[in-house]
Amino acid sequence: MTITVAGEKKSCGAGLSIARLIALENVETPEYVTVSLNDEFVEQGAFQSTVLHEGDSVEFLYFMGGGQI
Amino acid sequence: MSIQLKQSDFDAIVAHARAQLPNEACGLVAGLEGEVKKVYFLTNIDASPAHFSLDPKEQLAALKAARAAGWRLLGNWHSHPATPARPSPEDIRLAYDPTAVYLILSLAENEPVLKAFAIQHGGAGEVPVVVRQ
Repeated sequence: MTITVAGEKKSCGAGLSIARLIALENVETPEYVTVSLNDEFVEQGAFQSTVLHEGDSVEFLYFMGGGQI
Repeated sequence: MSIQLKQSDFDAIVAHARAQLPNEACGLVAGLEGEVKKVYFLTNIDASPAHFSLDPKEQLAALKAARAAGWRLLGNWHSHPATPARPSPEDIRLAYDPTAVYLILSLAENEPVLKAFAIQHGGAGEVPVVVRQ
């Protein structure tokens, strides 16, 4: 099947979970990454159980924060 | 490597940051090869004088808008209302994106100071900022 990851079309096997995709994409510090699937944010606890389908679009967003102190 | 931005973008960041006082202001910058083409002004969902977090929904929208324009997100920016333009321990601890440049605007003195940093593995290296007319 074909999915779009960070704006790029990619071929992958059926049954691919978000957790597995994160590993395949070598996402650094994945515990601080927010994932959107078709513009909807996916809870971290659902990465393992969320299976991707043909035409899905996934984005990885790093948490961005800090402060002056 | 350097970050180049237009004087008008610099002025817009300063104006926005001052408008958000006493809270920190934040956003993203997009462009190509270190040249900032677009500054995004995002909501600081912490609404705090000492902390900032980007709104993930706005972050996603900026990412998609930048990509649609043929740019990539170069990094983020935030203001330090009362401390120098250097990464705080919290800035370093929360810098999870190794590809991002972290711009910090200090409003501690009369003249605003903007600096940029690459932050990886607990260390920060300054990246030159070039402001062009």
